[in-house]
Amino acid sequence: MSKDRLDIPDYNTLFSEHRFVEQRLNKQQFEAPCSEQETAEALAYSQSAEYMEKNFNRKAVVINPHKACQPLGSIMAALGFEKTLPFVHGSQGCNSYFRSHLSRHFKEPTPAVSSSMTEDAAVFGGMSNLIDGLENSIALYKPEMVALCTTCMAEVIGDDLSSFIGNARQKGVISEDFPVAFCNTPSFVGSHITGYDSMLKGILSYLYERSGLKAAPGSGEETGEKLNVMLGFEPYTGNFTEIRKILDAFDTKYTLLGDHSGNYDSPATGEYEYYYGGTKLADVPLAANALGTLSLQKYTLKKTQDFISETWKQQVSALSTPLGIAGTDKLLEAISELTGLPIPASLLEERGRVVDALTDSHPYLHGKRVALVGDPDLLIGLIGFCMEVGMEPVHIVCSNGDVDFNDVKFKEEAEALLASSPYGSEATVYVGNDLWHMRSLLLTDPVDLAIGSSHLKFAAKDAVVPLIRVGFPIFDRHHMHRYPILGYQGALNLLSQIVNTVLDELDRNNSGFNYDLVR
Amino acid sequence: MGLDIEANKKLVEEVLEAYPKKAKKDREKHFQINTEEAQTCGTCALKSNIKSRPGVMTPRGCSYAGSKGVVWGPIKDMVHISHGPIGCGQYSWGTRRNYASGTLGIDNFTAMQVTSDFQETDIVFGGDKKLEVIMREITEMFPLAKGISVQSECPVGLIGDDIEAVSKKMSKELEMPIVPVRCEGFRGVSQSLGHHIANDAIRDFVLGKADLAETGPYDVNIIGDYNIGGDAWASRILLEEMGLRVIAQWSGDGTLNELEIAHKAKLNLIHCHRSMNYMVEHMEKAYGIPWMEYNFFGPSKTYESLRAIAALFDETIQENCEKMIAKHKPAMDAIINKYKPRLENKKVLLMIGGLRSRHTIGAYEDLGMDIVASGYEFAHKDDYEKTFPMMKEGTIIMDDPTAYELEELAQKMNVDLVGSGVKEKYVYHKMGVPFRQMHSWDYSGPYHGFDGFKIFAKDMDMTVNSPVWNLIKKKETVQKEEASI
Repeated sequence: MSKDRLDIPDYNTLFSEHRFVEQRLNKQQFEAPCSEQETAEALAYSQSAEYMEKNFNRKAVVINPHKACQPLGSIMAALGFEKTLPFVHGSQGCNSYFRSHLSRHFKEPTPAVSSSMTEDAAVFGGMSNLIDGLENSIALYKPEMVALCTTCMAEVIGDDLSSFIGNARQKGVISEDFPVAFCNTPSFVGSHITGYDSMLKGILSYLYERSGLKAAPGSGEETGEKLNVMLGFEPYTGNFTEIRKILDAFDTKYTLLGDHSGNYDSPATGEYEYYYGGTKLADVPLAANALGTLSLQKYTLKKTQDFISETWKQQVSALSTPLGIAGTDKLLEAISELTGLPIPASLLEERGRVVDALTDSHPYLHGKRVALVGDPDLLIGLIGFCMEVGMEPVHIVCSNGDVDFNDVKFKEEAEALLASSPYGSEATVYVGNDLWHMRSLLLTDPVDLAIGSSHLKFAAKDAVVPLIRVGFPIFDRHHMHRYPILGYQGALNLLSQIVNTVLDELDRNNSGFNYDLVR
Repeated sequence: MGLDIEANKKLVEEVLEAYPKKAKKDREKHFQINTEEAQTCGTCALKSNIKSRPGVMTPRGCSYAGSKGVVWGPIKDMVHISHGPIGCGQYSWGTRRNYASGTLGIDNFTAMQVTSDFQETDIVFGGDKKLEVIMREITEMFPLAKGISVQSECPVGLIGDDIEAVSKKMSKELEMPIVPVRCEGFRGVSQSLGHHIANDAIRDFVLGKADLAETGPYDVNIIGDYNIGGDAWASRILLEEMGLRVIAQWSGDGTLNELEIAHKAKLNLIHCHRSMNYMVEHMEKAYGIPWMEYNFFGPSKTYESLRAIAALFDETIQENCEKMIAKHKPAMDAIINKYKPRLENKKVLLMIGGLRSRHTIGAYEDLGMDIVASGYEFAHKDDYEKTFPMMKEGTIIMDDPTAYELEELAQKMNVDLVGSGVKEKYVYHKMGVPFRQMHSWDYSGPYHGFDGFKIFAKDMDMTVNSPVWNLIKKKETVQKEEASI
């Protein structure tokens, strides 16, 4: 799988070459003696090409996959709405796992309840658990809406959410007008991004339908918003701040459909409130009147996008996560097209400043071979960013990449994008593969940098490649999610993270003869 | 000095007012205020190990978490398949800090996520055929793996897969132990049943399968230490310093062979009684191995436990034990002298899994701290029987407390420290209440033994006395409410 390359070593590597080592050793007779370094290290079988072949031939076992299951995403979607309590119908352990997992990434609480189904519910169904659960959770946590999703247990036994909710209303446990949005999120279908999409679509369609309003695209300008914006399964609260900044610069009115940034970036005030921020429930039906919808995770949000274009009859501009300069340019063009507003000068000026930063840093990034892991939309953004600064994506692994948008599969788009630049010529896109595959790739065809979540750290460590933590989940570093990675400002943050990792590596690998103070 | 029994009774009643009638009636059974009478009758009123109320935000997990997450997962030279959909394996991947030596993916598989990643077709047609292929592939990918366990997730049990038959067949084909574990998450009411199921699987498939060439009078096992942040290592070093020979360590940093030879020990030393009592009881019956529970949290309990252990051996061990205590005591006293003045009379609320809510009390008390309320996620009657006598009168003892109850109690009791898990942690940070993660030591540790107590004390001081809490400008309304209580 490895390709012939012309390796031009950096000074650390160059002066570590035998001839230079010998030169220095010879000189040692005039200096204090120094012991010879042991360098021979046999490559373990697991690091061989033979092993890689076997690794890529496995058919059934999945090792260190880069995806989670649907309900996790649906909890995130639910927390994007004002005073909404996520409710997981099924066995309670799942809910504990979702809450822990999300809390470990954001370092914030994740309020969510479960119907705590056990053996008897497996036999008789979970209706009474659901009804009791609604009564208890509404009494304790006083939500204004409950957003219900399922676990694989509830799905396998075939619990019918719609009729259960109806029965809860009939029994008077919840009032006729108390909103309970719901969606089915079997864990054996799709991944966390599918679950996000299912719940977002569930909430939008539910709140819209119950409002009795009729969609009137374009009329929103007088009564409310011009634009709807969706960020999707968004592990960066900083990205919400950044997109708001951009939209405000346009001076357009907008509604963020699903905004969990409040819940995952709440202040320490001496009081905990369960619900922070989120899209106002009343804004959802009004969103049907907007001029159009901007989606920033087109693969993640495909069901929601379809719902909006089909039911609200709006123009939907769907992009992947707008990373880098070109990605952000596309974002601004899309906003401009949807709103009819010109791109503001302030953003063009910001663009210039960030491009200036990229020109300053490019010597340290040019030709750096990079391995990438992430969700489909993040990867499209990252590939674009890497190539526009002269880095070369080499191994791209997407465990949940078997998704399409307008009948174009993620893999096809990623390959087309890579083919559009000479910097993409060495890349291979692996869809449905896992991080154990990535380990083989890193060991047999080495790269300079790995970009991905904390889960990539094991493979990166084995291959001795620095890991730049981008995506979800990031458990082992603090506050990464508070800094935007989208927009021009986000490009600057990504750049800083990457170039400074490269510079750290240069210093770390300092062979003792170069004391570069200036870079 | 005890706490105010009547006031705390009233406090609990107030907190439970928020529930609907049916749930309130249930939750009342899970609270008890410690009294002289309760200390002798154990759990006269307090109910435990029964179903959580739906919708209340229970801290509890599931059977799979108890089996794979706690018991089987740390056994390092076996590959543990999370059999079913993707999530369970992903969420339990590397999140419990079970330290283990070895090379990850080569002879140590603890921080790996090996799963069958069920798709819809597996639900429809069953996953047994796929499981066979997975097992063969595991031996290809991990040639040094000593065995395999199958940790079933919910759908596996619901669709009626026969993982036992597959395991039996493949164990023969691959010539290694393959252990089916029926720990589907819907079984039981918490992690606790998962521990039991996991223990039964060890008993049925592994225990006693290998021999120990040479046995000695001082051979012991460490049972129920998961080596969180290296706890088992900090414990083992003391036992060995005393002259005992630890022949098996379960299950933190443990190996298949240790599980197989453990029946050759002369004594089982059990730390987490909740998760592995089934095992020591079985070994006592089947092999006549006596067992004792020990507690290595805090010097007082550690001295007490070391002496109790030594008392079961000869004078050489007892002398070693006293020598060891004499050697370490000055360091422990120095820790107490340093930290006690900073922590004295601080009020602590604990809500941990199934053991530490009582085992850590001594360590807190060594530092002069007061436990004002303590509760368990998944304890049983016997845990409470041991807990009540350890607590002061008036202490609130609670079973499976919900997020709501804990938040109300912490605020109303104006506690100085909450010790619980990651789901609770950030809530208390918002409230400005110092918090320690007592499930996995907040990425610190070890906390066991003499080495561990130093870290424990330093961590508690850091948490309670950090200047960051003073930076929180509490909202005016909160301050007023506090003033009126």
